[in-house]
Amino acid sequence: MSIYLDHAATTPMSPAAISAMTEALARIGNPSSLHTDGRAIRKDVEDARDLLAKNIGCVASEIIFTGSGTEANNIAIKGIYWQRNESKSRRVVVTSAIEHQAVLEPAQWLVEHEGAERITIPVTESGVINLDALRAIIEAHRDSIALISVMHSNNETGAIQPIADVVEIAGDIPVHTDAIQSWGKIAFSFKDLGLFAASLSGHKVGGPIGIGILVLRRGIDIPALIHGGGQEREIRSGTVNAPSIVALAAAISKSQYNSEEVTSVRKAFEAKVRAALPDSIINAEGADRLPGISSVTIPNALNETLLLLLDGEKISCSTGAACTAGVHRPSHVLEAMGLDEDAVMSTLRFSFGSTSQSADVDAVIAALPSVVDRARSAR
Amino acid sequence: MKLIAAMSGGVDSAVAAARAVEEGHDVIGVHLALSSNPQKYRSGARGCCTIEDSHDARRAADVIGIPFYIWDMAEEFHENVVENFMAEYKAGRTPNPCLRCNEKIKFAAVLDRAKNMGFDGVITGHYARTVDTPEGKTLHRAIDPLKDQSYVLAVLNREQINGAIFPLGDTEKVDIRLEAERRGLAVAQKPDSHDICFVPSGDNAGWLRDRMGSEDGPIVDQDGKQLGTHKGAYTYTIGQRKGLGLTVPTADGSPRFVLKIEPVTNTVVVGAREDLAVTSMRGERTIVCGPEITSGSHRGFVQVRAHGAPLPATYLYENGYLTAQLDEPLLGLATGQAMVIYDGDRVVASATICETA
Repeated sequence: MSIYLDHAATTPMSPAAISAMTEALARIGNPSSLHTDGRAIRKDVEDARDLLAKNIGCVASEIIFTGSGTEANNIAIKGIYWQRNESKSRRVVVTSAIEHQAVLEPAQWLVEHEGAERITIPVTESGVINLDALRAIIEAHRDSIALISVMHSNNETGAIQPIADVVEIAGDIPVHTDAIQSWGKIAFSFKDLGLFAASLSGHKVGGPIGIGILVLRRGIDIPALIHGGGQEREIRSGTVNAPSIVALAAAISKSQYNSEEVTSVRKAFEAKVRAALPDSIINAEGADRLPGISSVTIPNALNETLLLLLDGEKISCSTGAACTAGVHRPSHVLEAMGLDEDAVMSTLRFSFGSTSQSADVDAVIAALPSVVDRARSAR
Repeated sequence: MKLIAAMSGGVDSAVAAARAVEEGHDVIGVHLALSSNPQKYRSGARGCCTIEDSHDARRAADVIGIPFYIWDMAEEFHENVVENFMAEYKAGRTPNPCLRCNEKIKFAAVLDRAKNMGFDGVITGHYARTVDTPEGKTLHRAIDPLKDQSYVLAVLNREQINGAIFPLGDTEKVDIRLEAERRGLAVAQKPDSHDICFVPSGDNAGWLRDRMGSEDGPIVDQDGKQLGTHKGAYTYTIGQRKGLGLTVPTADGSPRFVLKIEPVTNTVVVGAREDLAVTSMRGERTIVCGPEITSGSHRGFVQVRAHGAPLPATYLYENGYLTAQLDEPLLGLATGQAMVIYDGDRVVASATICETA
């Protein structure tokens, strides 16, 4: 058994979700079919949608099921851009500097293929967006902005972003938020925040991999990326993934995630890291952070070496963003916060979840000093 | 032992790693990402470090049942191998980047990192053998003469040889492919890589022209008489006959060959075949691969190309320079290439050729 400290990458499926999914997999019926079997599955899907809507703080019809959080981000960014820029007068896409690639790359794609212009909101040293900079951007470009996309919290540092302020400053400009790391961990209400759109993912909350949600304000029609049978508000065609949806609803309704407990495990970890490695730095420490994410810079040690050696001790953590070849690139998030290249390449992410225990922390702390010594001499 | 297996995604390194595991070593697989902007797919036998290659290496590690990681060595590779390749051509020499990579990356950066991380050595799929002696390991030719890669490993010093493990040196390539099949490795029939990995097109001259520009210059005979114009001296190599574009024929109609490249004046000197003859060479940056070479001259063999023949010679190691006197003249020898001294099948030393006569 490994000590799994990479819950921000994916967290174990909850027993309730596994059992709901297993049961659903054994039932026959396409939710779009008109017969009794189909209607029965459709009912399961709609019950799940109602339950999820209540949890998310939206109405059921605002939920569009997708295949992933990345897909939800793509539909939102491209769809809202196309809808708002129909008359070619609003071609500016505003994102923060610390968005996930699943937001940055669709935005960049719009620049390269659809004539969009990208404007980036910088972040402070604590990894929180600079609201004055956002005000200045809006001041200068108000009428040409198609949308603003700012994540609810950052996946590498856990820094929570002031989305309510973003929405207020944005006025009538649509705001999309990637809330994939926040959902199920801290308070999140689509309605209370006044959002236009939000992206969520199933496997970060104890649901299965392969199910995401785009929450899109009622009555808004945006062009589809995937055309077909017209499922999911004609925005996301494809047979509705009933077993995963049912499992996701079970994961949310019977969530075992206790924010306070996870926070205390993470805080104990950080205190012990600091004691064991006095020159280590906890990133975004000045920000409000998610319960479970800790970004630690260990000077003079290469993070890929640290990861390999920790893996050898059966401890799973992350260097941050990965790319297809498995070669990790310097984190754009940490760079945007002003860390120099050496610090960026010396940073590991440890992330805790509902199954994390204080024994996990003790195991890492026991392994760290020797791992860090070896990694430092291997530099 | 705790070992790192360098896995390129090819059949050789996969079988090498599998053999080491079978011998009871504690092995982890590492794929070196040497290009910061890798191509998605491999095309034929050219290039390496594509995303497809790293996938192949990962799948081989899965089959063998070992952990697998990718180490980004793109910066080290660019600085030590690619830039050196260009600088050498610019200086009128013909470098061998594979030797340089073995010397600076695989058995330096990787081996150092491995040792500092607590590993005992690095396994590669090179065809070469080592022999344990009381003074440490010595480097020898592989038993498969067609695949022998001891030449490109002759840049390893004693310490590096001690940290290197070559499990394939005792087997012929055809048998390695059969063994890969038996082991269920999907790369069993993957084509061998040839040419220079960072020049996937195989067009060295074009690659150099794209990066270093091309400045026309004179092609002259040995008396200095201009016979034509070339498109960048560094894209020529000693002994080259084709592609000179000369329209002035020789008196007897015999072909002309590149004899010399003079980078400072951007001049290519051509002449007759017999003018290419070389009987002695001198090498700098000598690396002794085994026991110290005693003073005075010795009999042995010198090899000047990766798959060239071993040439009987008398050699001498003095003041850091390695010199060799050939029994028979050799046609066309470029400076910048490595001269490797063999004593039977044992690699004695290597040096970078700086003078020929």
